[in-house]
Amino acid sequence: MTRLQPVLFVLGIAALVLAPIGQGNYIVYTLCSWLLFSIAAMGLNLTLGYAGQVSLAQAAFMGIGAYITSLLTLAGIHWGLAAILSIAASFAVGLMLGYPALRVQHHFLAFVTLAFNTLLFLVLRNEEEITGGSFGLSGMERPSFFGVSTDTNMAFYYFSLVCFLIAAFAMWWILRSPWGRAFKALRENPIRAESLGLKIRRQTLLAFAIGSAFGGLAGALQAPLVQFIEPGSFALIHSLKLLLMVVVGGSGFFFGPMLGAAVVILLPEVLRFTEGYYLIIYSVLVIVLMVYSPSGLIGLGRRIAEKLKPRHEARRDLQQGVQL
Amino acid sequence: MAELIQILISGLAAGSIYALAAVGFTLLWQASQTINFAQGEFVMLPAFFVLVGMTVFGLPLWPSVFLALALSLVILGVAFKRLIVEPMLPHGTLPLVIATIALGLLMKESVKEFYGATAQPFPAIFPQTVYHVAGASVSLQDIGNLIVSMLAIGGLQLFLNRTRTGRCMQASAQNPAVAEILGVNVKRMVLYTFLINAALATIASVLISPIYLAKFSNGETLGLVAFIAAIVGGFNQIRGALVGGLLIGVIDNVSAVYISAEYRSAMPLILLIAIILLRPQGLLGTPEGRTV
Amino acid sequence: MIRKLLSTAAIFVACTAAPALAELKIGSIVELSGPGAAAGTNFRDGVKMGFEEVNAAGGILKEPVTVLEYDSQTDPQVSRAMVQKAIDDGIYAITGTVFSSSTVVNMMVAKQYGIPQFTGSEAPSITAKGNPYIFRTAFGSQKGVPKLVKYMVEKMGVKKVGVAWANTEFGKGGHQAFIDEAKKAGLEIVVDVPSEQAQADFSADVLKLKNSGAEAFFVYYTEEESARFLREARKQGLDKPLVGETTLTGHKVIELAGDAANGAMGHVGLTPDADIPALKEMVERFKTKFKYTPDHNAIKGYTAAWTLKYVTEMVGSPDGKAIAEKLHGLTLKASEYPGVLMDVSWDETGEMSRESFFVKVENGKQVVDAILPPN
Repeated sequence: MTRLQPVLFVLGIAALVLAPIGQGNYIVYTLCSWLLFSIAAMGLNLTLGYAGQVSLAQAAFMGIGAYITSLLTLAGIHWGLAAILSIAASFAVGLMLGYPALRVQHHFLAFVTLAFNTLLFLVLRNEEEITGGSFGLSGMERPSFFGVSTDTNMAFYYFSLVCFLIAAFAMWWILRSPWGRAFKALRENPIRAESLGLKIRRQTLLAFAIGSAFGGLAGALQAPLVQFIEPGSFALIHSLKLLLMVVVGGSGFFFGPMLGAAVVILLPEVLRFTEGYYLIIYSVLVIVLMVYSPSGLIGLGRRIAEKLKPRHEARRDLQQGVQL
Repeated sequence: MAELIQILISGLAAGSIYALAAVGFTLLWQASQTINFAQGEFVMLPAFFVLVGMTVFGLPLWPSVFLALALSLVILGVAFKRLIVEPMLPHGTLPLVIATIALGLLMKESVKEFYGATAQPFPAIFPQTVYHVAGASVSLQDIGNLIVSMLAIGGLQLFLNRTRTGRCMQASAQNPAVAEILGVNVKRMVLYTFLINAALATIASVLISPIYLAKFSNGETLGLVAFIAAIVGGFNQIRGALVGGLLIGVIDNVSAVYISAEYRSAMPLILLIAIILLRPQGLLGTPEGRTV
Repeated sequence: MIRKLLSTAAIFVACTAAPALAELKIGSIVELSGPGAAAGTNFRDGVKMGFEEVNAAGGILKEPVTVLEYDSQTDPQVSRAMVQKAIDDGIYAITGTVFSSSTVVNMMVAKQYGIPQFTGSEAPSITAKGNPYIFRTAFGSQKGVPKLVKYMVEKMGVKKVGVAWANTEFGKGGHQAFIDEAKKAGLEIVVDVPSEQAQADFSADVLKLKNSGAEAFFVYYTEEESARFLREARKQGLDKPLVGETTLTGHKVIELAGDAANGAMGHVGLTPDADIPALKEMVERFKTKFKYTPDHNAIKGYTAAWTLKYVTEMVGSPDGKAIAEKLHGLTLKASEYPGVLMDVSWDETGEMSRESFFVKVENGKQVVDAILPPN
């Protein structure tokens, strides 16, 4: 298995590089959407799947990123700097929001983030001198790097892909670090983890803030992709959509959010033939999935794979031993 | 002065309906740790059952209301519990939260596809008479809504405290294991809770739809308000949800008039955050050791 | 030999190219889900019926038209994707969207590809961007409101006015236009009350208006909010004139608000209740086909379909650039081009003008008080 991993890794990246070639604008644009939602969902997965906290404000963090990036790039500052500031701001807001909320009680982060998301929407809409109000902001240029413009959809795809790969690698590194491994300990046995000296609250808070920073990056990409932002794109309903992506894909699995984002973005296309009924079918599918496989599609896949795999014969003698 | 009276009365009338939705919300939470993100849609749907009864089957208003109640008990009560909540309980809270989000979407989209995307007029339960008291206009509808929801919640409180079944329900909610040992049919008690929630949602729907007009998207704001009211009042107390609902109704109106109409919906949220930080068990709630 | 080969190849190319050219596709991109679903569905059905009738009348340039439908989900990001998809699918014109947030994004993409776009949005900003491919199907609120302010000042003698509006991108456009126009006309704005999207409880809003001392109110909400507002206004005894733009006096509002709608007045561009035979017949056909009463969005969509037929046939080919050029400064008379229902013209920015009406609701019916000339 470990020997296979680098091969699969290279194949995966190759597939991502080749994916848009020969495709129409629509497919390339949709792939860009998928990449940026994957980044946001990946961040939420750290909060949700590894630290076990429900955040209902991931769209709000995307909003923070998108608005900061738009305002700065419209003022003539390069996207690179704007994106770094967006990520930093999302991280800082995550800390400020999470600190008091996690101090109180375990599940209250969900409620605080829910309130925060709607509050942010109201601020974005009402403070129109800065944010443009309900008419939003438009006309953000797509960035260029060393003279290479990302104006075409194809160029923008490769630009998003680079951002996505950096984000995915950062996430992989976080989860592999001793700090990230502590989450597994935390998830499996919190009391024991704490007795071993893990500071649960600090750990969780950082996870939430880092997860939020990923939202900020996704927002920083969304602004030049759509070239238009408005408060409504970052309302609570979009946070619920992101939550759905993570859980449908499989929370706590590295590839869960990417799969979930693909399903949520592509399903309307697949179910197009059903005309107006696709949301009905989609919601029924989600309910059924949750009933049969709460660990999402990846969990479902694993269960099916296990059923198909030839099983090792259990050592009967040991069983016998236990009985004796 | 007349202005303040007007605000208070309007706020209480709106708040009493939020309270109905919030009470159902806390009941489900207590009985089965279900955070029902479809609660707003639960209040939206019965109005359409009534409309179907009236337009499709040609029934008068009251028989349609009873038809709606029966359908709600079956669909929002029994089916919701059997098909969605029960199989998912062992998996913990999160999958259930996701499933209720999807359920809300399902209900909303179904109404839109099968009944219509535009708002529908809904017959009033109370006459449209308006009284002028001390410079404020009070409609019979407002008073009626307030009284009916107070009666419903008061009756529920009496039922839970004074009857054997009610006490068994409380016991099942507080400690299902012990209740089971003491011979309480916990499963049945949980089912009762779901039925009560469905009935409360139907009452709220019939009361609110003449004002809100029946529309598929009505649940969006309503569900959020019920949620906030439940947390503000105290997640584990019925009277907490009642106070929370009324409070949100009044605060909404007060802030629209006296503070800022643009930020009127921010006030309940700020209150929510303040409550969580200063008094996490809610205004009237009792601290609970359980963590989700 | 080579020449023969070449000529057969040329014939072959000509044969395959001809049907490809003739196959006319239209992209109908509208809000079919999300908050814009009600407006979008109306617009979509209007477009659908329009093109069905166009096809029944021989299509465009004698070719049948295929309408491809796309759901923008009331989300600008998705909407942009749908425009890309429509263009990939080979459409030569776009109808929709209704919400201006999506329209702003769509027109950017459509411009790159030179695709004319017929929008249902009424926000002033749309035609102020200098985009040569955008065309309105109803005039922007910055054109309707001056007519209304003039009426308020001259006919009603109002000096102090209050404003109640929905704080959304829809309401914002009307609100801004009214404030600008009222200042120009010297009206004093004594109270300005925004409401939330899909707000249900209007008691605080009405209370503020009532205590403001204004002589009349400009009320700008969507249909459903208008109905809730009118009921509350009736309840609290708000007895000053309530003046709206397009929505306040609509058919749907009257159905929803009942008696409380009586006395409301307003300026309307396209209304299913207008006393124009062609419009009334169109509304009747729509009702039998779709089993509901269309609103102004459906009529916008319907006229967009016919306009596209007329202009494409004037140009002689489905060429986006030529069509856009032709439309600038074009006037279509309903007597010659019945599908537009009313005389209509477009200016250089894609803004349009048309006759409009000042109406009052009396006994549950819209009554036309004055016909206002196009401006």
